[in-house]
Amino acid sequence: MTPDLLQQGAQRYQAHVAKSAASNAPSGGRGAAFGRVVRPGAIDTSHGRILYLEDVHVSFDGYKALNGLRLDIAPGELRCIIGPNGAGKTTMMDVVTGKTRPDRGSVYLGTTIDLLRYTEPQIAALGIGRKFQKPTVFEPLSVFENLELALATDKRVWASLRFRLSSEQRDRIDEVLRTIHLCDVVDRRAGDLSHGQKQWLEIGMLLAQDPQVLLLDEPVAGMTDEETQRTAELLLGLKGRHTLVVVEHDMHFVRTISEKVTVLCDGAVLAEGTFAQVQANERVIEVYLGR
Amino acid sequence: MNSSITPPPGSMQPSAARATAAPARLPRAGGFGAAAWVALLLVCAVAPVLNLWVPPDSVFHLSDYAVGLLGKIMCYAICALAIDLIWGYTGILSLGHGLFFALGGYVMGMYLMRQIGRDGHYQSDLPDFMVFLDWKELPWHWALSDSFAATLVLVVAVPGLLAFVFGYFAFRSRIQGVYFSIITQALTFAAMLLFFRNETGMGGNNGFTDFKRLLGLPLASSEMRMALFVFTGLTLVGCYAVARWLVHSKFGRVLQAIRDAENRVMFCGYDPLPYKLTIWTVSAVMCGVAGALYVPQVGIINPSEMSPANSIEMAIWAAVGGRGTLVGPILGAFAVNGAKSWLTVAFPEFWLYFLGGLFIAVTLFMPNGLMGLVRGWRTRRGGGA
Repeated sequence: MTPDLLQQGAQRYQAHVAKSAASNAPSGGRGAAFGRVVRPGAIDTSHGRILYLEDVHVSFDGYKALNGLRLDIAPGELRCIIGPNGAGKTTMMDVVTGKTRPDRGSVYLGTTIDLLRYTEPQIAALGIGRKFQKPTVFEPLSVFENLELALATDKRVWASLRFRLSSEQRDRIDEVLRTIHLCDVVDRRAGDLSHGQKQWLEIGMLLAQDPQVLLLDEPVAGMTDEETQRTAELLLGLKGRHTLVVVEHDMHFVRTISEKVTVLCDGAVLAEGTFAQVQANERVIEVYLGR
Repeated sequence: MNSSITPPPGSMQPSAARATAAPARLPRAGGFGAAAWVALLLVCAVAPVLNLWVPPDSVFHLSDYAVGLLGKIMCYAICALAIDLIWGYTGILSLGHGLFFALGGYVMGMYLMRQIGRDGHYQSDLPDFMVFLDWKELPWHWALSDSFAATLVLVVAVPGLLAFVFGYFAFRSRIQGVYFSIITQALTFAAMLLFFRNETGMGGNNGFTDFKRLLGLPLASSEMRMALFVFTGLTLVGCYAVARWLVHSKFGRVLQAIRDAENRVMFCGYDPLPYKLTIWTVSAVMCGVAGALYVPQVGIINPSEMSPANSIEMAIWAAVGGRGTLVGPILGAFAVNGAKSWLTVAFPEFWLYFLGGLFIAVTLFMPNGLMGLVRGWRTRRGGGA
């Protein structure tokens, strides 16, 4: 290390200090930077979006399931996604939950969490819950045990071996049971429930998981009108506290709950807007709603 | 035996009678189960008295032959229980558990070979087969075979480690269903070929036999046979207790959830890999311990224990008894092996046909095995009353 190198270094440092002092002064100095530190696992919704998909492509053996899909969902929103069969609705959920890896594109939870870096269980732990198209509950276990398994808690092996239900957790399960109207059948085998009750149980399992974002794939399929009505009330009650993304074919149900509807077709967004706007859209009528 | 001993994992009728508004209890592993206490009493008190103290001409005398046979079947019952944990509860069919059984047996066999000392055919310090192969010193992997303590550790560690490493890669690659079964089958077959080679240093196709002593005491005595019998019985009851604890914890319910809907489990935030790996390793270790108890009782271990048919037979015991129950596989092991020891004497040529037929019959007509029959019978009786 020669004196002139030392000299140069000192000068460069002085210049850097002067420059950063000048540029940081209006925004509150260097300390302000700590206001935007990325905290691992925390969902940063400061930019007004909780789920963000950009230019997502998925193809299966040449068939393009998603073709440049873009989706931008705000915190607390209840978004309905409709579209003809094969439009990519379920594939979109598979991509968000980590089941399918896209060929390209980006998927973010909040502004900072790149979901493509995580596995399915990690994504669930980050706060995304999913209900499958076909109701999937643990059939040999009781309703109570199903909810207990879903409950947000330490889900590693050792913790499961030593698990004892605390009274807060029991209260939480009680609360979920009341929400999904299954108090009368807590001890029944999940496999013996009616189709509609299984759908509710699965929604209840999502709630017990306490996710930020709920992805619901056809939540009212196979339900009676009365059950559909109660489900609509349930989802509207969750809006605001949770972000909901609902894929559904039942137009009446969509009209009841939706504030904003996205129409998918051939793996991309065809139209987006209120139910009335979408319903009036020429192209949507052509490919999906029919004349 | 009643259902309070083994609450079956859900295949019971809905307990509508207990339905209350308040969420009721969870099934707890409360207590040990009456059947286990009875088994403990039979093994530790009744059998030794009948064998050692009741005179041989009495009708109540338990012959040495019967003690040997029951001891052997109890080892098989441990294997059936191990298979049940991984297959019945987790839905992963292993057709390679014979390998873990044989590894435990080989570890014990090495110790027993060293216990022979200079009493072998060639009166050498080395085991006979090494003298025959003209080896001058013990290979490296025999280093710990003189120590009983080390043998006990290795009986657990060798099958456990192999299962852990194999399981980690298999489950990480998400190998499932029939592919996993085939790979485990291939694994045990490959190991059998390896152990057939003389260069492996495990006695080649003859394996180990002609054991004389255990802990310096003669193996052939009635007392030693009885001690091994009692110890095997205690191990069986111990394995049952461990399995019961595992299955009745939340861990056990996660396993059943993995069996029935693995995707749902992942989206609930559980990573199935450590769960599968834990139960897979526990199951392999149980089999290894069973093998280590089996070898001193039957007096021989050779590579045919690793043959694919042996592993398949283990799965049959569990299937016959009833998958997804804890008592079922133990019953199945006793039923099938009891039938085997009778049939192979009465109609030696027909045993394999019988076994194949049994597997088909159970699959077609008794999907829940013997325990399914018991349960069905009890429900009918309960319904009629």
